[in-house]
Amino acid sequence: MATKPNLAASDSPKGMTLIVKTVVRFAIGIVFMFGWYIIIYGHLTPGGGFAGGTILACGYVLLTLAFGKELALTKMSDMAASIVDNTCALLFVLVPILGIAFGYFFLNFPPHGKPFNLVSAGVIPLYNILIGLKVTSSLFAIFLALSIFGRFISKLVEEAEEEE
Amino acid sequence: MVETFLFVLLIFMIVGSIIAIETKNLLSSVISCGIVGAAVSIAFLMLAAPDIAITQVVVEILILVILIRATIMIDNTAIEAHWDTFAVVSSLIFFGLFLVFAFLAVQDLPPFGHPSMRVSQQYLETGLQKTGAANIVASIVLDFRGYDTLGEATVIFVSILGSFVILRRRGRKRRTEGDTEKVGILSEAEIREDYEEFRE
Repeated sequence: MATKPNLAASDSPKGMTLIVKTVVRFAIGIVFMFGWYIIIYGHLTPGGGFAGGTILACGYVLLTLAFGKELALTKMSDMAASIVDNTCALLFVLVPILGIAFGYFFLNFPPHGKPFNLVSAGVIPLYNILIGLKVTSSLFAIFLALSIFGRFISKLVEEAEEEE
Repeated sequence: MVETFLFVLLIFMIVGSIIAIETKNLLSSVISCGIVGAAVSIAFLMLAAPDIAITQVVVEILILVILIRATIMIDNTAIEAHWDTFAVVSSLIFFGLFLVFAFLAVQDLPPFGHPSMRVSQQYLETGLQKTGAANIVASIVLDFRGYDTLGEATVIFVSILGSFVILRRRGRKRRTEGDTEKVGILSEAEIREDYEEFRE
C-alpha cells in the first residue's frame, strides 16, 4: 500500500469535499460495527441478516460516494462481491442439506446451548451471518452495476444532445 | 391513540405519493417516495415490530441513494402532463370496485389489535425452548419457516443475476474454443480504463 497513491487522502481529487471525507472517516467505523452487531446478535435482539447486511452495504456505498469508486473497489471489487454472493448462496443451501444427515431438511442440528447467550440457537447465527454477507455483497454489486456499468445512460443522453 | 397516529401517518403517506406522481422534477419525485418509506418505518415501530422497522428504514435509505444516483444523470427530464379520458375513467371504475370488495372483505377480518392466533400462538409459546433463539422473529424466519427464507434468498440471487446480465456493457464473446476469459463482469483494470475514457 505504501507505493500506491493514497486514495483516502483528504486532498485527493476523487470523491466529495474535505468536510464530507472527514465526517465519513469518523462515521464509517461506527457504521460497520453497527452492521456486524445487528448481524451477529440477530438471534438475541431485533435485526438479523438482512437488516445488518443492508447496513454494511450502506457503509460501502458511503465509502464510494465520499472517496470515489477507486477506494471502494479496492475494499470490495465487483468480482469479490460476486464471489462472496455466490458462495454464501451455495452455503445457505448446503447447511440445510447437512441437516438431512441428522434427520430432515432444515433441521437445527447443533446443540441449542443456553438461551440469551451469544453462542446459542444452533445454526440460526450461522444463517444470519451467511444472509448478511450475501445481502452486503449483492446490494453493493447492484449499486456498482447501476453506477459503473449503467453510466451509458448519461453517454446516450450526451450523444443525443450532440446530435441536436 | 395508536390508531390516530396511524391515520395521520397514512394521510402523510398518501400526500407524499401524490406529490411523487404529480411533480415534474424526477429528483423531487424520488425524494417524495422516501416519505412513504419513512412513514412505513414509523408505523412498524408503533405496531411493536422493530425488526421490520430497522429493515424498512435501512432499505429505504439504500434505495433512495441508488435511485438518486441512477436518476440524477438524466435529471433534466420534464414530464409533459396530458389528459387521458380512458385511463382516468377506467381507474375510477376499478377504484370503486376495489372499495366495494374491500368493504365486504374487511367485515370478516378480526378487530384491529386482536388477531386470531392459532399457529403463531404455538410459535410464541414453544419457540424459545425448541430453537433456543431469544429473538422470536429469528426463530420463526430461520427455523420454523426456513423454507420461506431459502426462497427469498433465491429470489434475491436471481434478481441480482438478472440485473448483472442486463446492465453489463459487454456481451459474452468466445473468441477461441479454449477461451475462459471472464467477460460478464469487468475486471478492475478494465473498469479503470473505461473510467479514464469516460472522463476524457
